[in-house]
Amino acid sequence: MTKMSLDLTSNQKDMLEGKYGKATRKAMDIITSLGEIYGAKRLIPVSSVQIAGVSYDNLGEAGLEYLSEMAEDGKTRVLTTLNPAGMDMLEWKKHGISEDFAKNQQRVVDAFERMGVVTTCTCTPYLIGNLPHYGEHIAWAESSAVCYANSVIGAFTNREGGPSALAAALTGYTAEYGLHLQENRVAEVKYEIQTELKGNDEFGLVGQAIGTRTGKLIPYITGVKMATTDELKSFCASVATYGGVAIFHIEGITPNRTAIPERIEIITDDDLERAKTELDDEGANIDFISVGCPHASIKEIAEIASMLKGKRVTEGKTVWITTAKPTKDLAVKMGYYDQIEQAGAYLVADACCAVAPLKGKFKGLMTDSAKACFYARGKNKFKTEIRSVEECIKEALS
Amino acid sequence: MQGRKIYRGKVTGEALVTGEDISFYGGCDPETGEIIEKGHHLEGKSISGKILVFPSGKGSTVGSYVLYALKKAEKAPLAIVNRVTDPVVAVGCIISEIPAVDQIEIGKIKSGQKVEVDADSGVVTLLE
Repeated sequence: MTKMSLDLTSNQKDMLEGKYGKATRKAMDIITSLGEIYGAKRLIPVSSVQIAGVSYDNLGEAGLEYLSEMAEDGKTRVLTTLNPAGMDMLEWKKHGISEDFAKNQQRVVDAFERMGVVTTCTCTPYLIGNLPHYGEHIAWAESSAVCYANSVIGAFTNREGGPSALAAALTGYTAEYGLHLQENRVAEVKYEIQTELKGNDEFGLVGQAIGTRTGKLIPYITGVKMATTDELKSFCASVATYGGVAIFHIEGITPNRTAIPERIEIITDDDLERAKTELDDEGANIDFISVGCPHASIKEIAEIASMLKGKRVTEGKTVWITTAKPTKDLAVKMGYYDQIEQAGAYLVADACCAVAPLKGKFKGLMTDSAKACFYARGKNKFKTEIRSVEECIKEALS
Repeated sequence: MQGRKIYRGKVTGEALVTGEDISFYGGCDPETGEIIEKGHHLEGKSISGKILVFPSGKGSTVGSYVLYALKKAEKAPLAIVNRVTDPVVAVGCIISEIPAVDQIEIGKIKSGQKVEVDADSGVVTLLE
């Protein structure tokens, strides 16, 4: 077989010829084929991988079969972490997940574990130990994390899918094209934000407004005075969901150097209001409140715990606060878990409301996440309302 | 017609053509190969054993695994011909070893026509 445009090292050729086993051969076939399609000249080493496509609800038996086949002799060569699963891997039963689903979800996670993947099950790997540095080349799936890594951290990654991210993990390489090249990371449209932004919901709304307007053009954003890490992860999730961009620049906040585009778009209160109208369904009968898309940080959990402490979630309403398992462990240690659960809400690890098998289980979702609205409507057929975290908790208690 | 190789292989078969993008995840039954997206031009038709011709892929990255499932169930298309192959379909073809070519003027191909796809050289030939 010839790989015409790609210049492979002897180690890479060995992988392609099967000297490292059949999973590595298949993985190298994926990497080199993508490299050829997108005109890469060479492969480059990656030092970190984040894999998506973990929930059995999305993968199904076919996905599981593929993973099992790769796990026969495939082993990760770099730090590799995992996206959320369809359930809390320990406390799934009390969240209403079926035995059947739990068994299959466990098979998926086991297959990844056999390959040496650190089975974190979170969309925020950068909060719990998979944190690349500025300028590092990585291969990440999960659109919100891709956006965060490229934009907020300044690492280099394309927007990988499940199989291509796994292929990078098993070979330690990715093809050098797209966002691995500096010239493809330059801002294309300037967005002047002429309104004050505060909270995950507003950063999500502005992400929706810019995302739908910009499509795949890289934004350069001005007028954001300050943003917390939590607000930035909310913005990343939203702008990637509604626009498909994998990188943006915010003046004074993100670290990448870029030329400033001439084309200017203005974002005002009206745009935020319009985004809110688009994400708020009429007659949403709220019976499900979910916060933690992307996964909640320990700071967010502490704040929610203090709002719920000593209160009681209203009968007929279900509350999921979703987070990564290490963050949940910390929340247990700090007493936040008890404050949340004693109020009748759930602190759910490993999963989220977008990938759990929830279709038809609820009528209306209230959330602080613009991304969660998208999946709740499309995949789960819920009506949605987007509000601040405070308003979400208030709704849970009323 | 000269295009670009997405995944290697050479096959001859009957074309099934649509001008609409396809989302394999949620849009195609992974066990039967039937298009199930409501209102899709190919709704109710099976892509199994056909030279499937469509502009581009859309939707979730899990779509790659649907092509893999079709291959395992022996219901996969014989080959895929696109105007522009998106990464989800490209990866799906690679992991399922389905010959695929893009950068083809798909409007020139008609459903039912006999077509040869030589993915190695990126050439699609109308045989009748």
